[in-house]
This record gives sequence, C-alpha cells and structure tokens, in this order.
Amino acid sequence: MNKKMYVASLLVLVLLFVAGCGKKEAPPEQATAKPEAAAAPATKIDPATVATVSGTVKFDGTAPKPQKIDMSQDPACKGANETETVEVSNGDLANVFVYVKDGLGNYAFDVPKEPVRLDQQGCRYHPHVLGVMAGQTVQINNDDNTTHNIHPSPKDNREWNESQPPKGAPITKDFARQEVLIPVKCNQHPWMKMYIGVVKNPFFAVTGKDGKYELKGLPPGTYTIAAVHEKYGEQDQTVTVAAKDSKSQNFTFKAGAGGAGGQ
Amino acid sequence: MGRGAGFAPEARHKNFIASRSTGIISLNRPRSQPLNSVVTPYNRAHHWFVILLACGTLLLIVAGALVTSNDAGLSVPDWPTTFGSLYRIPPMVGGVKFEHGHRMVAELIGLLTIVLAVWTWRAERRSWMRKLGLVALGTVIAQGFLGGLTVLLYLPPAVSTAHATLGQSFFCLIVIMVMVTGREWMEAQPIMVVERHRPRLRTLVTLAAGSVYLQLILGAAFRHSGIKLLPHLISAVVVTVLLLWTITRILAEHSAVPQLRRPARALLILLLVQLGLGFGAYLTRVEWGSVAAQPMLSMVFATVAHVAVGALVLATSVVLAFQVYRHTSPQAEIVVAHPASAKVVA
Repeated sequence: MNKKMYVASLLVLVLLFVAGCGKKEAPPEQATAKPEAAAAPATKIDPATVATVSGTVKFDGTAPKPQKIDMSQDPACKGANETETVEVSNGDLANVFVYVKDGLGNYAFDVPKEPVRLDQQGCRYHPHVLGVMAGQTVQINNDDNTTHNIHPSPKDNREWNESQPPKGAPITKDFARQEVLIPVKCNQHPWMKMYIGVVKNPFFAVTGKDGKYELKGLPPGTYTIAAVHEKYGEQDQTVTVAAKDSKSQNFTFKAGAGGAGGQ
Repeated sequence: MGRGAGFAPEARHKNFIASRSTGIISLNRPRSQPLNSVVTPYNRAHHWFVILLACGTLLLIVAGALVTSNDAGLSVPDWPTTFGSLYRIPPMVGGVKFEHGHRMVAELIGLLTIVLAVWTWRAERRSWMRKLGLVALGTVIAQGFLGGLTVLLYLPPAVSTAHATLGQSFFCLIVIMVMVTGREWMEAQPIMVVERHRPRLRTLVTLAAGSVYLQLILGAAFRHSGIKLLPHLISAVVVTVLLLWTITRILAEHSAVPQLRRPARALLILLLVQLGLGFGAYLTRVEWGSVAAQPMLSMVFATVAHVAVGALVLATSVVLAFQVYRHTSPQAEIVVAHPASAKVVA
C-alpha cells in the first residue's frame, strides 16, 4: 500500500468515525431495560396488603433567595424570572425527589405505557423535577415560540442532545437505567435547568410547594426511602410497614450541606 | 510583491562573520550561494494578509471563549450542519448566536488559511515557510474536526481541551508567520548578544514559553471541567517566576536589542494584565458564579478576556523565544568576567 492509499484510508476512517458520532439515536435503550425487568422473578404485589408511606420534607434555616433570571437574550422568552433551585414555603421544601431506594427484593413492576410529560413554557421546564420509571416514555413538548435544545447529562444512561423547533412535534425519549437525579438543560437558554429521577420501581414522588409526598401501594416490608434534592443532596431513612399500614416519614434538609435526617 | 525601500544590499546580508572585537556575530553565508535562491524579498501584501489572519484568529479565540463562557457549546446539536443546513443562518438568539457565530468566524478563518497556504506556497522561496503554510492549513482543518467532535461527543473534557489548545497553537503559528514575513526579520541583520549569566537565555526562554503552553493546557482543562483548579494555580506561580526571570534578564542585559526588548516589555504588561484577569475570572466564576442561575456578564467578560490575553501571552513568549534564538549563539561561551572586560568568544 503506497502513501496515497494510507492517506485515503485514514480519511475514510475519520469520516466514518465522524458519521458514527453524528448519529442521533444509539441502540434502543428499552432493549437494555427490558431484559433487566424480565430477569426478575415474577413476584406480584397483593393489592389487599399494600401500605402507604407519606410525609413532609422540611427545610431548616434561612432559604437562599431565588435568583433573578435575565431572559433578554431571547425576545421570545417571557416567563417567571426566578430560579426554582431552593423553593421553600412555610418551611416546606418543594422539588425533592422521594423514592424507594432499597428493600423491594424480587418484586417485578410493569413499566407504565402512558408517557410522562415535560413541558417547555415561557423558556422554563415544567415540572422542575420529574420522576419516571426506567424504560417509561418521557414526552417533551415545546410550547414556546423559540427553539430549545434538550440536553440531559446522565452518568449511567446515554447522553443525548436534541433541538426542538418552536411549537415543534413532541420528542419522546426514555432512560434505561435507574439514575437519580439526571440534570437536564437547554444550552440556548442557560437558565433552563431541570432534573429527572429515573427508578426501577413505581414508588416515587416529587414534593410540591407544601413539601408533601406519598408512596402508595407498597408491599409489607422494610425499605430504604431516599429523599434527593438537587442542591442539598440525598437523605436516606429506613421504614418498616406492615400490611395495610400507613406510616409517616418526614425529612428535614438544613441550610448548608447535607440534611438533618428523619423524624 | 515588491521590495521595501529599506531592503538592504546583498553585501549586508551575505558575508557577516563573527567579530570578536565588537561582540556581534553574524551570519556567514558563502559568497558563491546566490542570494535570490534562499532569500525571499519582503512582500508587504503577504505580510499584511498574515497580520489580518492573526487578528481574525484572535477574534476566533474570543468567539470560542464566548461559547464556553455562555455555556452555549451544545446549543446547536448537529455538525457540520447547523439545524440540518450547511448554509442557512438560524435565528441568532440565545446560545445559538454564540455557537453559530463561532462557526461562521471559524469558516472565514478556514478560508483565509487556504488563501494563506496557497499564497505562501507561491510567494515564498524559503521552503520551511511554504511548509509552515501547509502546517497552518492542516492545523485549521484538524481544529475544525475537533470542534465538530466537541459537539458530537457532548463536550468531553479531553476533546474540548484539545480544541482550545490547538486553537491557541494555531494562533501562535500565525503570529510566528507574521514575525518571519516582516520586514525586520527578512532584512535586518541579527545582532548577536553577549551572555553573562547561566542559565543561558535560550534555556530560560524555552522553559518560559513551554511553561506558558502547559499553563494554557491546564487552564483549558480546568475550564472544560477536566481537572481541578489547583494545578492551574500552581502552574501560574511557575509561569510567573519563569517569565519574570526571563523578562528581567532581557531588560537588564539586552535592552539595547529592540527585537528582544519589545516582546519582553509587552510580555511583562501582558503578564500583569493576565494575572489580574485570572483573579477576576476566579472571583466571578468560582466564587460568585458557581451558584448563579446563568452566566453572569462579569464572569463572561473576565473569563473571555483571560483566554484572549492568555493567547497573547503565549504568542508573545513564543515570539520572544524565536528572537532569543535568533540573537544568541549556542556556540558562544558565557562571559563571566567583569562586564567592563567582557568579550565574546565565538
């Protein structure tokens, strides 16, 4: 092989590499998710015995003031202009992702067929924190008169970045593996940030402005409940529920690093 | 292309030899060697074109820095197309105006570099200069691919750092071409300086320029989240010491040589400005900006200026290194005797 052939081969390799990198769709993630679910023994939950764990996530201390957002770089953006990073109302902390982290053993769970919605309105994400089961479809809508790009930066799932034209067709995606929390941002509007909690079971919730959460339909057992906040990190608590039990489990996050633990 | 008015007679170029009495060592070209076979006459248009390209490249570095500082690197998710088109300009709002603006300036610089390579190939008689033009073209092509990879691979720190580093290397290359196509480099006879101290100036300036380049890599790696800040800070101390040592030596002992004095002075000013900008970038990005809802204007200004002045520091240190190599001789011994009795031993 002469010099020219070497150069030509190298060019072809580079082009193939670039073309490979440019492909938007990686192998279907559901394909990797489904065997995981299929491998679990089919232990079904008895609806007659299910219990509920609920509670409130509190915030102890002075919450940092929401920061102002400057949306002037895009005339199409006209929305609420304060950050939602730490949203505290009467001591209740919103946007905390609460889920069963451990204790479900060999229970198998069907992935819901209906998608969860993630909306872009007023150049903001709604909701700010979203919970979804691994393999469940997330439907992303753009109601704004401007182009957005949706860019999750997961550690365990596949990263992707897609643009969505003004009022464009919904984008549907899913995440194959459990990961809490996946940051999502729009690089066109750098203040647009949200988080997605992906879990393998259906026992998850996101606290509202009242700080409340509820995990219904749990089979009797001992569980690790985790509460995760984008800024203050994760708190874990253990709870044991008997058949038809209803237990309260509260969390408190303190201003500064970490949290105070459960009550 | 034309010779400038100040083009020196051949005799001034061809037959200078080491002079023990004056301390000047000059080139010693054999009389039989025809001058026009090795010497390219000063070409004003070509020189100014390279200057234009250097300015454009600095603008491109600023445009690239704006992309990173505004966190807009992935606002256009495809490459080499932009939202599916190779030529259509998208609405320049939000992060798109930084990312696509950077791409447009990069395309212009790419075109200018093609012109530079062709022009240099045709106009230059120095074979290494013709090759330098081709190296510049290869570098700008590689830089384009790296830029594309940053988009397609979602800004991996290694690729982003390589993109930033190669961009600055390209700028250096063009600045070197500015220097060696200049009238002074092409026509003036280098005055060899007498060295009185160790380490040799060549050693010092090589270490200084090398440390600046390493510092640039560390800075880019920190900026693209590849490493922590500490290595960049430690390196900043090393760079400052080496640069000040080099600058002080030149200004104290060789300030009579303008080719050394000018870049040394410029480097001193740029170093001080860069240290101030570095502190500003630390305050606005690390201290104040880490919890900001979006990139703050002060952070954008400080970080972009830090990148741009960093490029100028690197380019100036490389220019100084070239001038030191041109004005010193590796064969000349260090004269350690009293300055009054100093003389050159060639």
